[in-house]
Amino acid sequence: MIYPDSNNILEVRGLRATVNGIEIIQGLDLTVKSGEVHAIMGPNGSGKSTFAKVLAGHTAYEVTGGSVLFEGNNLFELAPEERARAGIFLAFQYPIEIPGVANSQFLRLSYNTVQAQRGREELDPLEFDDHVRDKMKLLEMSPDFLDRSVNEGFSGGEKKRNEILQMALLEPRLAVLDETDSGLDIDALRVVSQGVNQLANQNSAMVLVTHYQRLLNYIVPDFVHVMEAGSIIKTGGKDLALELEARGYDWVSAEFQASQTHALQEQV
Amino acid sequence: MSEVIQNIVNQPYKHGFVSDIESDVSPKGLNENTIRMISAKKNEPEWLLEFRLKSYAAWLNMTEPTWANVHYPKINLQEISYYASPKQKPKLNSMDDVDPELLRTFEKLGVPLHERMALAGVAVDVIFDSVSVATTYKHKLAEVGIIFCSMSEAVLEHPELVQKYLGTVIPSGDNFYAALNSAVFTDGSFCFIPKGVKCPMDLSTYFRINTEETGQFERTLIIAEEGASVSYLEGCTAPAFSSNQLHAAVVELVALDNADIKYSTVQNWYAGDENGVGGVFNFVTKRGLAKGVNSRISWTQVETGSAITWKYPSVVLRGDNSVGEFYSVAVTNHLQQADTGTKMIHIGKNTRSTIVSKGISAGRSSNSYRGLVRMTPTAANARNYSQCDSMLIGDQSGANTFPYIQVRNNTAQVEHEASTSKIGEDQLFYFAQRGVSAEAAVSMIINGFCKDVFQQLPMEFAVEATNLLSFKLEGSVG
Repeated sequence: MIYPDSNNILEVRGLRATVNGIEIIQGLDLTVKSGEVHAIMGPNGSGKSTFAKVLAGHTAYEVTGGSVLFEGNNLFELAPEERARAGIFLAFQYPIEIPGVANSQFLRLSYNTVQAQRGREELDPLEFDDHVRDKMKLLEMSPDFLDRSVNEGFSGGEKKRNEILQMALLEPRLAVLDETDSGLDIDALRVVSQGVNQLANQNSAMVLVTHYQRLLNYIVPDFVHVMEAGSIIKTGGKDLALELEARGYDWVSAEFQASQTHALQEQV
Repeated sequence: MSEVIQNIVNQPYKHGFVSDIESDVSPKGLNENTIRMISAKKNEPEWLLEFRLKSYAAWLNMTEPTWANVHYPKINLQEISYYASPKQKPKLNSMDDVDPELLRTFEKLGVPLHERMALAGVAVDVIFDSVSVATTYKHKLAEVGIIFCSMSEAVLEHPELVQKYLGTVIPSGDNFYAALNSAVFTDGSFCFIPKGVKCPMDLSTYFRINTEETGQFERTLIIAEEGASVSYLEGCTAPAFSSNQLHAAVVELVALDNADIKYSTVQNWYAGDENGVGGVFNFVTKRGLAKGVNSRISWTQVETGSAITWKYPSVVLRGDNSVGEFYSVAVTNHLQQADTGTKMIHIGKNTRSTIVSKGISAGRSSNSYRGLVRMTPTAANARNYSQCDSMLIGDQSGANTFPYIQVRNNTAQVEHEASTSKIGEDQLFYFAQRGVSAEAAVSMIINGFCKDVFQQLPMEFAVEATNLLSFKLEGSVG
């Protein structure tokens, strides 16, 4: 009998997933433990964002194989909102606008829903207002964010800050940040990264999906994974990111191809 | 459209039941004798019979309007019974005298009268089918000179007022359905606020269609004299019948100098089932005359029911500086069809009107806004602002906007804004990823969308309206 490692927050084994019948994730393995920060890098179309959405349970993606355990439980038995309440947070690459719904209202509903799930106290509008303003300072956000409609008319940087604000409020066990650095200028990147770093702790873990190394100057990962064609083809430490920045992805791909060929030859 | 959306829309009608009260129903069909019979049953004065007969004569030469963006089989008006009243028809002094079965009906509807009166301080003129059963708070209102009673009672007890104002805003030959109503109306509400009186409470009437195959022809007349003000609430629910029911009401409002009338409606007639079988045909003519200087008429409506809605609460701004307002939320689901909006007719100088219309279409329904803003040559410096927003839920519903703007005055200003939005899968996924269920998400999006209109509703009504919308759209989103 194999007991799951209690430090394991996420265990992905042989994951396969399709969108519109096309297989995007093709046998992905990944283990994430408490307190760890993982970066998933890779060229466009390698399946990074798809993986993030599959974890969150987006209905457009169909899981066709493999398993994902979240804190030892089968993730696929949970609906998207149940995953969120259980502690999976996805910071969206393109946060959607919700006209007419005040950000403050939305944030409070989300916060209270997740709090209730954890058996914690829900906050009334006044208490919540105090609470959220504290968190907003962390991200250098102006209070008028609360009165605006969710993401409506927000600049790219404002949207990303709003995502990290939600992360700060919901205190997830596993935060998946999907291209959080894209569309950020250098100042916004610094603020957002500082916010993320302050939220990191030993009881939770983070998966950063990113295209560029520059985010990793601010948020230092424990592991860097390179994804290609729907699976992880190389894993290394934080230095791998620098190497990728300098040399691109092609050499990793070539190395992987060679090892595959070698493995195949050995079998023969 | 995903499953969650489907589920939210596909809730059965909560108010679908038929209560057992015996009704006195006239034979089906319409001719001059039917009208004489109605008039005689109600002991009406001769002038009113003449009004009815004149309307009937006008109606005979009219044809059903076909310009609305709604489609339905022709209604056989000879298959309708034009008069129905509960058999027991006593004059009641208190709610204790009301038939317990009737009270239970209201309980089922979630309209506990006692509570409603006590908690909300609302006088409720209960309409059951077409005859008023009980009028409450009448004495309190009478103390300040307000008359709030059924139309039948007003005809008998205040004939001079009824005769003076009936048909002055909506003439008997105004349109096909208004003419029909003028010929055969059975009852409705009458409200008179004398000079200088601010009505101390919201006046409320709950309508309910109860007899199968009975056309409903309510007639409401509200008059606010100089400096008077009143807020009037109208709410509707109806049982789930499989055959269509015609509802052709007429509501007339008259505001004299400096008077203020606010008329709020929550309409939840039976809308038919998810296949479009059954449901009420709601063909209503509502119009207010802002007759005096500085007068103000405000319509607020939340339309969620009926298989077909054809309704344009309008304001004729005759008095200088008068104000007309129209705030509307119209929700359609399944195969419901709504063609609703307003008309603002500017005649007086410096008249102002505001139109805020929010249409929400789910299922395979069709929801049209149709509005007219007319600036006549005399309406110097008149202004209008119109905002028409549509929201689509799922991918099989339709929304249309038909604004008509006629300006014959070069000092007038007219503004029109319109938008269309959609509750999409990605919005719902965003909510879900933050732990929020699809139902709660839709409710929040819809309430945000309707906020500008709900703010106009009296407090108790705003809560009801919010619940009603969530209820109506349950199962429609996902």
